[in-house]
Amino acid sequence: MSMNSQGRPSAIPAAGGTDSVTGTVTGNRGLQIEEPLIFEQDSAGRCGVDLPEAPKVASRLGGITPRARIGLPGLAEPQVVRHYTRLSQKNYAIDSGLYPLGSCTMKHNPRLNEKMARLPGFADVHPLQPVSTVQGALELMDQLAHWLKTLTGMAAVTLAPAAGAHGEMCGIMAIRAAHDARGDKARTKILVPESAHGTNPATAAACGYAVESIPATADGRVDLDALKAKLGPDVAGLMLTNPNTCGLFERDIIAIAEAVHGAGAYFYCDGANFNAIVGRVRPADLGIDVMHINLHKTFSTPHGGGGPGSGPVVFSEALAPYVPVPYVTHGPDGFALVEEAGDGPAFGRMKAFHGQMGMFTRALSYMLSHGADGLRQASGDAVLNANYVMARLEDVMTASFEGPCMHECLFDDRFLKGTGVTTLDIAKALIDEGFHPMTMYFPLVVHGALLIEPTETESKAGLDQFIDALRALAERAKSGDAAYFQGAPRLTPRRRLDETAAARKPVLRWVPPAPAEALAAD
Amino acid sequence: MTVKYTKDHEWVRVEGDVGTVGVSDFAQHQLGDVVFVELPDVGRTLEKGKEAAVVESVKAASDVFAPVSGEVIEVNHDLENEPARVNTGAQTEGWFFKLRLSNPSELDGLMDEAAYKAFVEESN
Amino acid sequence: MRYLPLTEADRQSMLAATRAASVDELFRDVPEAARLSGPIGGLPDHMGELEVERLLGAMAAKSLPAGSVPSFLGAGAYRHHIPATVDHLVQRGEFLTAYTPYQPEVSQGTLQVLFEFQTQVALLTGMDVANASMYDGATACAEAVMMANRVTRRKKAILSGGLHPHYRDTTTTDARFIGFDAVALPADPEGTEDLAARIDDQTSCVVVQNPSVFGQVRDYSDLAKACQAKGALLIVVVTEALSLGLLPTPGGMGADIVAAEGQSFGGALNFGGPYVGLFAVKDKYVRQMPGRLCGETVDADGRRGFVLTLSTREQHIRREKATSNICTNAGLCALAFSIHVSLLGEEGLTQLARLNHAKAVQLADKLAAAPGVSVINDGFFNEFTVRLPKPAAEVVEALAERRILGGVPVSRLYPGELGKGLENLLLVAVTETNTESDMDAFVTALAEVLS
Repeated sequence: MSMNSQGRPSAIPAAGGTDSVTGTVTGNRGLQIEEPLIFEQDSAGRCGVDLPEAPKVASRLGGITPRARIGLPGLAEPQVVRHYTRLSQKNYAIDSGLYPLGSCTMKHNPRLNEKMARLPGFADVHPLQPVSTVQGALELMDQLAHWLKTLTGMAAVTLAPAAGAHGEMCGIMAIRAAHDARGDKARTKILVPESAHGTNPATAAACGYAVESIPATADGRVDLDALKAKLGPDVAGLMLTNPNTCGLFERDIIAIAEAVHGAGAYFYCDGANFNAIVGRVRPADLGIDVMHINLHKTFSTPHGGGGPGSGPVVFSEALAPYVPVPYVTHGPDGFALVEEAGDGPAFGRMKAFHGQMGMFTRALSYMLSHGADGLRQASGDAVLNANYVMARLEDVMTASFEGPCMHECLFDDRFLKGTGVTTLDIAKALIDEGFHPMTMYFPLVVHGALLIEPTETESKAGLDQFIDALRALAERAKSGDAAYFQGAPRLTPRRRLDETAAARKPVLRWVPPAPAEALAAD
Repeated sequence: MTVKYTKDHEWVRVEGDVGTVGVSDFAQHQLGDVVFVELPDVGRTLEKGKEAAVVESVKAASDVFAPVSGEVIEVNHDLENEPARVNTGAQTEGWFFKLRLSNPSELDGLMDEAAYKAFVEESN
Repeated sequence: MRYLPLTEADRQSMLAATRAASVDELFRDVPEAARLSGPIGGLPDHMGELEVERLLGAMAAKSLPAGSVPSFLGAGAYRHHIPATVDHLVQRGEFLTAYTPYQPEVSQGTLQVLFEFQTQVALLTGMDVANASMYDGATACAEAVMMANRVTRRKKAILSGGLHPHYRDTTTTDARFIGFDAVALPADPEGTEDLAARIDDQTSCVVVQNPSVFGQVRDYSDLAKACQAKGALLIVVVTEALSLGLLPTPGGMGADIVAAEGQSFGGALNFGGPYVGLFAVKDKYVRQMPGRLCGETVDADGRRGFVLTLSTREQHIRREKATSNICTNAGLCALAFSIHVSLLGEEGLTQLARLNHAKAVQLADKLAAAPGVSVINDGFFNEFTVRLPKPAAEVVEALAERRILGGVPVSRLYPGELGKGLENLLLVAVTETNTESDMDAFVTALAEVLS
């Protein structure tokens, strides 16, 4: 079947004919049902809601003429339900199976969290209601702040940032505010290791800093001597992920912190990998000044196909005065909300209201469920699972660094040398085996990276099945069956997609067919 | 007419005081399918070794540096609609821009075709 | 612990495979001095579902849900009725628990939703293209200003006095740290400021909000022309997306960028978040856009499919040269938005917009009849500003004691000096959820409080 520019099938199978890809009359394949765009299911006058008539009043638009037609399609409710249900069935999800995306922490999302987030006292509260009427919501924010401060040992926290990258922005702003407050304008650089997430250099650059890269040692960690050589009165701070993106704990972290502080700079920790160490070590005890925490990673709030996230940031005593507004305090009449920075050192604001409340409720529900003991067990299981995967794969794949690893294990593509099979091909073949692939080609410090993070959610039997599949694929690649890999995946709703065509001639929205064509189609 | 190369895989073909600039065939192979090219504005003054253009594949964006200093006098608008020309003819129809050389002696520091070929083989 | 599948026997056999004696030994790279030997003190141990429900249920009960009383709050967050279908569908695990669609072969569901969402946003705003969403309206506004700075290579933004103060503050925070000028004009309740006169050769953009934070409705076509004449961009902010079902579109007025809050479709109030930022532009600016984009293509069998595209703009490739550091969108909120808009369709959405406007007109008339109360707007959509004979903050507190959430006092948004002379102004929003008896209760209680 081929599609025209509107994406409609241009060659509908003739009566009695079959689809060239699926061999079925409909193009469907059992439970995999082809679903047109919602715009292609329009019937004028059909509607999925029943609304009362508007009261008969003269409109008060200040002399402005109302808009013309929007162009939205009309569907009844059952059609809408089927549309989204069918689309959902084309997604892989943590609810379906192992999702070992390194650095993304795809763990189980408990449904209790969803239920708690929908309690009317949290969900049906307007952000600008009188403070006396939102005490429950403020108490929840205060409790979450308490947990985050206790788990990290840090002095202060802001819940405002909307996601991890937004938290990074907030942390670097606080560092800048602290240097500015001392009148120190000479610090123009932020140091970032080569293995960092792309958001780190993007954040530092967005805040006007020059980014300088720190090389890694042969064992996958920050080169302390190289770091010391770059530290000086022109350095505002260091951004370091710990455990790092190679899945390794930075053994020299205390010496790194001392060196950074000795140079008058601040130590930013990217907390994306906090899941490995929560309940095992407190970032404050490692000399960290500021760290963001991805509630959608460590604390199980759902990823939702790419958000919403939530990125609270914890601060040391040194940076605590700069925590942005708004924040919750304890007042004489219960909880109070500080919404304006005034003339103080705090900055802000960073978004429209008080933070991602819906995510706070989910995260606190997770924390309470696990408790201090369960969180420690969870990080232990996450680290054990990753080490188990590494131990059982290192004879057939090439581990980049010596273990133990933390919550994720890193392989590179040396084991594929000369096979004609790439990291991408392995990932696509894993899809046919019923698994979501690992993170590919990140971190950039090794060639053809395969970064596997199983999380504590996986059972041993589930891991064994994944390991067996990956072992078999590695052996098959080495046996010279490159064509098999290059053609994968074959069993998915769609096979490999032409990303070059998508980028050369971007089609970013549906466009209604030209009137003449519409007539012909009807 | 001379063609000279840089270590960053740009080429410059000089006719009189005008240099035509592009990326080498080796570079387009490394990039893979080119999907977008961002060209400098005509009239802009470029400095040798500084960013002049950007070439993008699906997964990478690479800066193209000016091999020599000068003022941009023409850009290859065809690349805006057909970036694939960089793949099909990196050293012909896939040229990026032309500039009027402000310091022709800068050419002396660049490699000729033989030296560039050796450089590519060595770095491989 | 109910979320952890490993048994003690599993752990022992797995440890043997890793050649470590204990789980603690796997943490040996953590400096010993900092390593904790047991659970962190000061926090409770694990709890069953029932205990967690009790604890959080009791906490939630300390808030007054907006839906339990007559409620007229807006100012950037609106209480609309969300069809049951929306919450059911967003809780499908395949949507809820999927990651960013980096593997398109097993993410066509999320990707097609994003493609449809982008189209819906483009249609509603009257713009050429939209991205796959931003954190919220305020961050979308700030990103729009930074995009305008990139496009024009200028560094001065003019922020209208009708722009929501939180949007203004989000933008000026970025201005301070990222390094550009954001000239914020004083509060403009009447909507009479002359923006065109302020545009000069250094101006990258003018940011207006329609309807304004005070509810004023304007046609910005002339301002768009004035911007164009000076090489500046016009950014139109919309905080009540439902207004796009009735008012002329920003695109039709000549906006270059639209930054909007989409919470009104599919989003609960949630005490302010998560919401969903909408971001739409003219075609020629696509490559300067922040955030994710989904595009149509074909697969190896020639069948239509969708992928994330133009990602070379983004941080994971561009790193320090990215158009923005943004990494996530508001995926699930965008899905809720899209489902709600799909259910409404052309007919439902325009009817809902008319219904909101008509109810607002009804309440405006009722309030204006109260002694000492006047409506300052010449035109509005579903929110307007009333002038009271005394400070609005006091009135709102007194109304809350009578279990009526009577709007947002302007002084809450403009505290201190900024709000001088605005103390008696109150923002009142009306939606389809407000009944006529809600309105009458409000008017009666207000008369009592004012007497």
